[in-house]
Amino acid sequence: MIKQTLFTVVLLITLGVFTWSVFRLRAFFRLTKAAYPIKNISARISRTLNVAFGQTKIFRKPVVGFMHALVFWGFLVITFGSVEMVFDGLIGEDRSFAFMGTFYDVIMASGDVFAFIIIVFIVFFLIRRKFMNIKRLKGEEITAKTNRDAELSLYFIGFLMLSLLVFNLGYLSNHSNHILGVYPVSAQIIEWTSYDFGTLQESGWWVHILLIFVFANYLPYSKHFHVFLSVPNVFLANLDPLTKYPNLDSVTKEVKLMLDPEAAYDDNEEVTRFGVKDIEDVTWRNYMDSLACTQCGRCTDVCPANITGKRLSPRKIFVDLRHRMNEKGALILKGEEDTKSLIRDYISEEEIWACTSCNACAQECPIEISHPNLIMDMRRYLVMEEASAPAGLNAMFANIENNGAPWQYSPEDRMKWAE
Amino acid sequence: MNKDTKIDIPVMAEVAAKGEQVEYLYWVGCAGAFDMRYQKVARSFAKILNHLSVSYAVLGTEESCTGDAAKRAGNEMLFQMQAMQNIEILNGYGIKKIICTCPHCYNTLKNEYPDLGGHYELINYTEFIDDQIKKGKLELDKNPFDNQSITYHDPCYLGRGNKIYDAPRNIVKAVYGEVKEMKRCKSSALCCGAGGAQMFKDAEKGDKEVNIERTEDVLEQKVDKVATACPFCMTMLTDGIKFKNKETEVENLDVAEIVAQALGL
Repeated sequence: MIKQTLFTVVLLITLGVFTWSVFRLRAFFRLTKAAYPIKNISARISRTLNVAFGQTKIFRKPVVGFMHALVFWGFLVITFGSVEMVFDGLIGEDRSFAFMGTFYDVIMASGDVFAFIIIVFIVFFLIRRKFMNIKRLKGEEITAKTNRDAELSLYFIGFLMLSLLVFNLGYLSNHSNHILGVYPVSAQIIEWTSYDFGTLQESGWWVHILLIFVFANYLPYSKHFHVFLSVPNVFLANLDPLTKYPNLDSVTKEVKLMLDPEAAYDDNEEVTRFGVKDIEDVTWRNYMDSLACTQCGRCTDVCPANITGKRLSPRKIFVDLRHRMNEKGALILKGEEDTKSLIRDYISEEEIWACTSCNACAQECPIEISHPNLIMDMRRYLVMEEASAPAGLNAMFANIENNGAPWQYSPEDRMKWAE
Repeated sequence: MNKDTKIDIPVMAEVAAKGEQVEYLYWVGCAGAFDMRYQKVARSFAKILNHLSVSYAVLGTEESCTGDAAKRAGNEMLFQMQAMQNIEILNGYGIKKIICTCPHCYNTLKNEYPDLGGHYELINYTEFIDDQIKKGKLELDKNPFDNQSITYHDPCYLGRGNKIYDAPRNIVKAVYGEVKEMKRCKSSALCCGAGGAQMFKDAEKGDKEVNIERTEDVLEQKVDKVATACPFCMTMLTDGIKFKNKETEVENLDVAEIVAQALGL
């Protein structure tokens, strides 16, 4: 009864803190703008099955992709076990989902095997991060703090798996005659060591469940928030072709007025800024992308500007957006303001103009972040609000305006190619 | 190719004046109209259309920039002005099907004009030619180039943007037998460096130009030719090959030119 009470209190605290984090994020989301409507649910489900659960884009880097996929799939089955452990804690029993029979055996067996595999991989990931020279894990936006965050997340996961194995070992030692579920790796360890892990069952259980609770509440403030957000991010992704850059409706109204001055003008229309200058100009989707990004750097790795030594890193755009939201969002909620903005204080014009809109970044992103569209949204602000485009582009604009072509040729000469 | 002959190109205004209708509009694009090198591509494709006796016309002096570069450069106002003027002309002629050579025009007309009231069936010229080859309508002179090797560079707006990877390869294969793939190809292809309005501005400070990086991918394959399917890619790769002093060894051709050559046009 003491254990149940204690567990219930801890669970309530966990849920309370998590709810607080969710409300804070919701308040930030409310500062953002509308994006596209979420339609075509069947296409979304199939994309989610494919890209998220099937890990198809992760596999574009086959070796480390395969390792990630196993960790991801392992997490799915182990999460089932975690839900069971919460029930166990509340009702004061062991293995309360065992009534599910064979399904339960399969899930528990794969969870036990995956826990072992994940430990091995996490050790590799830690070594890789600390000692191997992986170019895409470096960059201006990857600070010491980011690296600490990444390593801490790996330690969390590693110890989660270790404590799960310890719990399984303890359970097997204590229930040698009546075992619910199947635990191949743990059983093998007991056979090899002939050690009685019985006394460790309880502590394994507590460490595991407390780590889950702490980790879950750490995640909303970590780059590893992708554990929660990557699947929804894929589900809610923009389904349009990568190179379809959305229409700006506020401009459409103005252009229609210009072409037809008789058109009715709605005075009540709120005057908004063209393009993105700061966090209140981005869409909910941009902000969600920034929260879901785990900074794997696959985008920056394939960016032609970055490859050729330019300052642009697509990953940095979203890291900056998240940081700026933390800064300005918190101020706005307090009713304050500052004089900084996402453009210039975080993202330089140099970065914004270096993009070739080739969409290699968006193609590569395992969770369907769209980098070029946000970069071009910032160009919209620079061009339409500040008229500060590079000289060559201003010349191109003038040519299109005057001759209907980006180069200085007369429209009368449009058929000369055939002569 | 005989550059001196004038090609007979039907112009929409004249077709309409005669009260006639055509099946396709060929959207030439600004590069096809004005870029000295890419004019040859437009000529090649028009010759192919004439060879096939396709019912088509061009807008001629009524065509204006789709606004792609303005849009990617952040000038949505200018883009929409261009788009609405073009849509008015296209809808005025009741045009249903548009064939594009330039993938940037293709992408804009196909994906971005519908939001402004321009709804057309867009056909990229590589899909069109591939389809004609499959239907057996184009008698290509296979391997007329003495077993020369060729690679194909994917334009971003064709490949990643609109998932057209196979059609241009099928065409190149139909003539050259094989496409020697670069390491970065199809959805992993490296940009030529000209998209997103980069064509019209100086590059930001860096270690090298994107087109040089991509040209090195081409040269690595030790091919005689590199096929492209985009006017910007053509400019960037041709410049890159010149920069590397390889213009006598590697020739940059458009897919339409390859077909026109194989047809002896």
